[in-house]
Amino acid sequence: MNKLSLFGLLGLVIRRDLLLAMRRRADVLTTLVFFVMVVSLFPLGVGPEPDMLRKMAAGVLWVAALLASMLSLPRMFSADYLDGTLEQMMLAPQSLTMMVLGKIIAHWMLSGLPLVLIAPVLGLQFDMSVQALWVLMLALLLGTPVLSMIGAIGAALTLGLRGGGVLVSLLVLPLCIPVLIFGAGAVEAVNSGMDAISNLSLLGAFLLFALVFTPFVAAQALKISME
Amino acid sequence: MRLAINWFKYSAPTTFYGLAGKLIPFFAWPAAILFAVGLYIGFFVAPTDAVQSEAYRIMFIHVPASILSMFIYLIMAGYAALGLIFKTRLSSMMASALAPTGALFAFISLWTGALWGKPMWGAWWVWDARLTSELILLFLYLGFIALQASIEDPRRADRASALLAIVGSVNVPIIYYSVQWWNTLHQGSSIKFSGTSMHVAMQQSMFTILVACWLYVIAVVLARVRSIILERESNTQWVKDLAETK
Repeated sequence: MNKLSLFGLLGLVIRRDLLLAMRRRADVLTTLVFFVMVVSLFPLGVGPEPDMLRKMAAGVLWVAALLASMLSLPRMFSADYLDGTLEQMMLAPQSLTMMVLGKIIAHWMLSGLPLVLIAPVLGLQFDMSVQALWVLMLALLLGTPVLSMIGAIGAALTLGLRGGGVLVSLLVLPLCIPVLIFGAGAVEAVNSGMDAISNLSLLGAFLLFALVFTPFVAAQALKISME
Repeated sequence: MRLAINWFKYSAPTTFYGLAGKLIPFFAWPAAILFAVGLYIGFFVAPTDAVQSEAYRIMFIHVPASILSMFIYLIMAGYAALGLIFKTRLSSMMASALAPTGALFAFISLWTGALWGKPMWGAWWVWDARLTSELILLFLYLGFIALQASIEDPRRADRASALLAIVGSVNVPIIYYSVQWWNTLHQGSSIKFSGTSMHVAMQQSMFTILVACWLYVIAVVLARVRSIILERESNTQWVKDLAETK
């Protein structure tokens, strides 16, 4: 067997997870449908006045994205845990951190990226301006990977526990608050005529910070859960 | 002459159990006395505030509770990290003993804050930076307790919650500043390093109660860690030999 480079390994893990997900498309679609439904329920709950909807659009979309990403978190490691693949991954001589990063990226491509792409359509339902829609998409593009990364730690810690789905939300949601604040803040800034660059820069900083630390921490969490 | 001290003698649950039992009264009684003194000064000696009239007196409890709720999280994370890195069982037990007390202080801080906010701001709750971050701190405590409670194997529970506490303590400053930039209404802190704007009796009351709270925390945590030791070591011979378990 020839030696794998780190990025070769990363690509392999991502490709495998995407392939597995494509064999069971329903799982991927559930997250997306959940996101669309939650967002569409808000106008029914608070009333159809365009002024109010425009004001709350960013917050609603962000909270819904947060919840949708929580919904798909337990799936990140559980299938591999149940069929023993995870154990083999941990025994492998390759870096577990890199494999975890691969799984995080695959998880984001399946649960985060579709939300980013569909968000503008939902934003139109809330009468958002074109400029606000662009900023919303950019903010979601920077923020949703952070949600997957922080979520990976929670998913790894609660692996195989009873009621893990609710527990993981309880652990992860408070840690995601900064992303929510600056993600919704970016759109808010555009709406009030200011520049969104400071909010977006902070989101970018979170992304880099999380990219460096969370795969390692999640790998440690997996080791704790598997021993 | 070399004095041989075994620094780690009391890091074993077996020996610490007895020591903790002996120490509790030395913290519990001063705590009770200082609470009484502090409350007396707060209610009868400290003058009525010019702006906030009598309602300000709730801060004699509110401020120490808020300070402790934050300190306890750091201490808890510290113990949890020690337990994770050096695999010292007692450190992990201390971390789990601290969590409920920390959550209690966070709750007291929010509750008394609401009682103070109603007459001052005209609302029980406002989405101000400090209130919000205190609420998030309470959520972090609850997450720690919930994770520990849902894992049956105590070793895995200790290690998993330790990792969570460390991640949480890295996140606390980020959460704090993001909430602060988001919205600020809370009054600035009145105690500054360059002199204070407070009356002497008010300071005395607040600091007395702060010290009393510290002593209370130590006493309660020692008592709780004794129970945890008994629970975890219940199948060992030394626990069966104890007078109180017979």
